[in-house]
Amino acid sequence: MNRILGLHVGVIALLLALHFVLPDYHHVSLARILVLTVYALGYNLLFGYTGLLSLGHALFFAAGLYGAGMSMQAYGWTAGPGFLFGFSCAVLMALGIGLLALRTAGVSFMIVTLMFSQVGYLTTLYFNEHTRGDEGFVIPLELRQVFSIDLSVEDTRYLAALALFAVAVLIKLAIVRSPTGRILVAIRENEERTRMLGYDPFRYKLTALVLSGAFAGASGAAYGILFGYVGASFASIQYSILPLLYVLMGGVGTVLGPLVGTVAMFYLIDIASGLTSAYLFFVGAALVILILVAPKGILGSIRDRWARWLP
Amino acid sequence: MDYGTFFLIASMEGAVQAAVLALTALGLSLVFGVMRVVNVAHGEFYMLGAVIAYWVSSQISGSPLLGFMAALILSPLLVGVLAAVADRLILKRLNYDPEATIVATIGLLYILQQAALTLHGPVPTAVAAPFDFYVRFPGFGYSGYKLFVIVACIALMLGTWFLLAKTRIGLVMRATQYDRETAQAFGIPVDRVYAGVFALGAALAAIAAVLIVPTQQAYYLMGGDPLLLSFIVVIIGGLGSLRGTVVAAILIGMSDGIISTLFEPTLAKMIATALVALVLVFRPTGLFGTVAR
Repeated sequence: MNRILGLHVGVIALLLALHFVLPDYHHVSLARILVLTVYALGYNLLFGYTGLLSLGHALFFAAGLYGAGMSMQAYGWTAGPGFLFGFSCAVLMALGIGLLALRTAGVSFMIVTLMFSQVGYLTTLYFNEHTRGDEGFVIPLELRQVFSIDLSVEDTRYLAALALFAVAVLIKLAIVRSPTGRILVAIRENEERTRMLGYDPFRYKLTALVLSGAFAGASGAAYGILFGYVGASFASIQYSILPLLYVLMGGVGTVLGPLVGTVAMFYLIDIASGLTSAYLFFVGAALVILILVAPKGILGSIRDRWARWLP
Repeated sequence: MDYGTFFLIASMEGAVQAAVLALTALGLSLVFGVMRVVNVAHGEFYMLGAVIAYWVSSQISGSPLLGFMAALILSPLLVGVLAAVADRLILKRLNYDPEATIVATIGLLYILQQAALTLHGPVPTAVAAPFDFYVRFPGFGYSGYKLFVIVACIALMLGTWFLLAKTRIGLVMRATQYDRETAQAFGIPVDRVYAGVFALGAALAAIAAVLIVPTQQAYYLMGGDPLLLSFIVVIIGGLGSLRGTVVAAILIGMSDGIISTLFEPTLAKMIATALVALVLVFRPTGLFGTVAR
């Protein structure tokens, strides 16, 4: 237990140390990565631990993003209330979608989530007089602060992203090590047997989906507040695929896997798009190769080989 | 133009769309029915069909009819071979696991889309129609080529039905669909059947694209809409039911064609997508489907 807690606190401390040494460019990238990692952490809770593959998580990410961005712009709220509002939007959205989509399973679940999120995307386009559609809008600089700390400056932005990440990773660790977390894994392994043991799978799957949506919403709201831009592309299918990619790369069903995966994928795309304009090719190839060669991802493979204790 | 004529034109457009959609969705339904694989890259096979049609017909200058005929043969052939290779290299190794194949075909989608963008370019390109005449109706003229598309789609669907229901190849496919292990035990080369079905499904999408591309343009992002619509059709028709797929394609294609000429397309798509998701939630076997074994 101490070893596990030590590892996670150590990773957070390392990221804090990086704040002081990283050059500007990587400093900004890493802040972005940390926010997106929170998204992937939540995705992994549903996909890696509960065994539900959603193709519509962009809906929850976008609910957080638009919830925060639009409320701040409309009512002149600062970052604090904006974040909470966006977060609540995502949680409610996840609850509503969960009640409907969890009636299905397997392939149908993937298609249903995909379609609901497509409806969400089309909604952001249709109401473009409010959302400004594809073009998106910028959250005014003076609103992006909490307790008069300016979150649009590089230093505070990194620290805010790190704080969010730290909270998220510790909550996730607590969840997966709790009895609820064990039941989620049991549902992944054998839903019928879990039901026979007297647990209600639907309730636990709904819990997992809402928690996962909450992570996605927190990440979306923080992304809007920290980087100041809200646009329809964040609601598109591509943003549903990204966390799947991060999780597959880093390690399905591991706590720190999403961080490893997000860093690896972010820099792979970054380097690839520096070399050629065909970066989508790398995303596609990475997906195919990963699912063929290492379906458990980087950290998942390490756990199998060397570190059975990794949560 | 009076309202009746306008409505008539809208339903003609709907019929063209329904015919092409039925053919595309038939490919998706076939792959899902036999292999239980949800092919997310299906729209990209459609797109490749159109892009190859452009490429072939631009190589054969002079007669658009000759170029069109060449495209009609070459395009599905090339796309089919590509699909068979993808099946052998990727899907087979995943043992056709439903979730893993979805992830892999998403990867394939990105690879094919990027390949088309890099090789074909970002600009939509027009393909000349093989012939150009108008059929006179009382009150308006209608493109003869579009009527040909409807006829050709119906012929191809009948051909596919004949292949599945009346030939030995079809029998082998249906046997594999019914029970993979028993089929294997009876000496049916299941691997080859799967590769063939995946190729056939992709080829159907490619033919549909070759037929429709003279009325539209070849574009590297054109696969998105047919994919979503095919999904909708296959679900409404009942996952795995070919007859349901065709009926649903006519229903959805006609109404989509009519609705989007009369209302705003984004709103129409929004409502249609939400309705389909709800159908799948409350009637998981679709409107015409039977309970899966």
